[in-house]
Amino acid sequence: MNVPADLKYTKTHEWVKFDGDVATIGITDYAQSELGDIVYVDLPEPGRVLNQGDSFGTVESVKTVSDVYAPVSGEVAEVNGELEASSELMNTDPYGRGWLVKIRFEGTPSELMDAEAYKESLKG
Amino acid sequence: MSTLLQTPLHDCHVAAGAKLVDFAGWDMPVQYEGVISEAKAVRERAGMFDVSHMGRTWFRGPECISLLERVTTNDVSKLNDGDSQYSLLCYDNGTCVDDLIVYRIRSDVFRLVINASNREKDLDWIRSHNEEGVDIHDETFDTAMIAVQGPQAVAIVNSLSETGLSSVPKFSTAEASVAGVPCFLARTGYTGEDGFELIAPAAGASRIWNALLGSGVTPCGLAARDVLRVEAGLPLYGHELSDAINPIEAGLGWVCSKTKEYIGSGPINEMRTNGAPRKLMGIRMESKLVPRDGYRVFVGEREAGHIASGVYSPTLECGIAFAFLKSDLAVADSPCFVEVREKLQPATVVSKRFLKKD
Repeated sequence: MNVPADLKYTKTHEWVKFDGDVATIGITDYAQSELGDIVYVDLPEPGRVLNQGDSFGTVESVKTVSDVYAPVSGEVAEVNGELEASSELMNTDPYGRGWLVKIRFEGTPSELMDAEAYKESLKG
Repeated sequence: MSTLLQTPLHDCHVAAGAKLVDFAGWDMPVQYEGVISEAKAVRERAGMFDVSHMGRTWFRGPECISLLERVTTNDVSKLNDGDSQYSLLCYDNGTCVDDLIVYRIRSDVFRLVINASNREKDLDWIRSHNEEGVDIHDETFDTAMIAVQGPQAVAIVNSLSETGLSSVPKFSTAEASVAGVPCFLARTGYTGEDGFELIAPAAGASRIWNALLGSGVTPCGLAARDVLRVEAGLPLYGHELSDAINPIEAGLGWVCSKTKEYIGSGPINEMRTNGAPRKLMGIRMESKLVPRDGYRVFVGEREAGHIASGVYSPTLECGIAFAFLKSDLAVADSPCFVEVREKLQPATVVSKRFLKKD
């Protein structure tokens, strides 16, 4: 299972990449593998304000539907429009072209795991 | 905590890294590489499914036809040696015990293949009506069953046999060695594609499986099988058929004899004559949203019914489903909406045969 060392992770299997005041968010390799082929994704409009832990969208796979949760608080700055036509990018490139949203975040997000802690949590 | 049953191919699935799930008490592969790629392999080339969990039974005795004519809905008398027939077992009130395939070997020897989840129920039901004293033997645990399906399936199975299998007619059967293992083959399936379903001794199953794998056949799980059967317009017990559904509602009047008397024939013929209150239709979404089991369907302002089975169709690249709709709203090619997570999503009522392919 691919768990890049430079990202932070949530218990609900989102990853976060911090760059200045912008956090890029996606779902992990483990999450996409558990979901199976992803066929549809519902994402928020830019400008929506989220609190850490809010559900900001749904990911539908051939098997099931899953909510995705904001790992940070802030305003949605950008959503990945490419996923509308090519949701399979979340399967094939979960940490790259399969990203979901960018959030201009505020405050210090709590309870995020580093790669080692996330890997450990997957063993549970 | 009960232990799951394992098919003779269980080790092959584990070795291939398949995802295994509890299906009707069996530890079964739900997917290998991915549902979409597996479904495409079957539509474009050839795929194989371990369906050894399904119930396989022998019926032997001079009164076989008499018993089967009474407990199954289709005309057993129309079968010749080597023929197969899709049929139903029904209760007295016309609802379904199960659906099944009847194979006539000889006039006094038949094979029945029934659903894994209904095996014991079906056998109890048939035995309780076995006034003829037909010898009924459950061979499920002595054998394996592999479905090889797709446009290249027949040629590949043929290449593994010394017997010319390409000339076996559709819905007909043959006995032949495949990869050196003696098999019973039927040119039937559950995907809408050409192919064979093979029954082989349990000990030879992995030899056949590995030979097929070596010939380029893609191993497929139960999830792809579900996608393919919905695309092909084929029902699944527990969804489109059940003990609360009359076959006429499910569009299976063609499986129910108009000339013989059988268990359930009264209520079935009555509904055929008077009309069904609801009908099973296809639903085609305008998006890739998956219309799942239980979701509500609306036509105009009216609630028309609910989804019975729904999948993402890799062939049509949209969500598709079967739905039981009130008969006056069950009109093909009319617009409808499916309620998905509290939003009404646009769709079209269509024929159940999503792939009009013969």
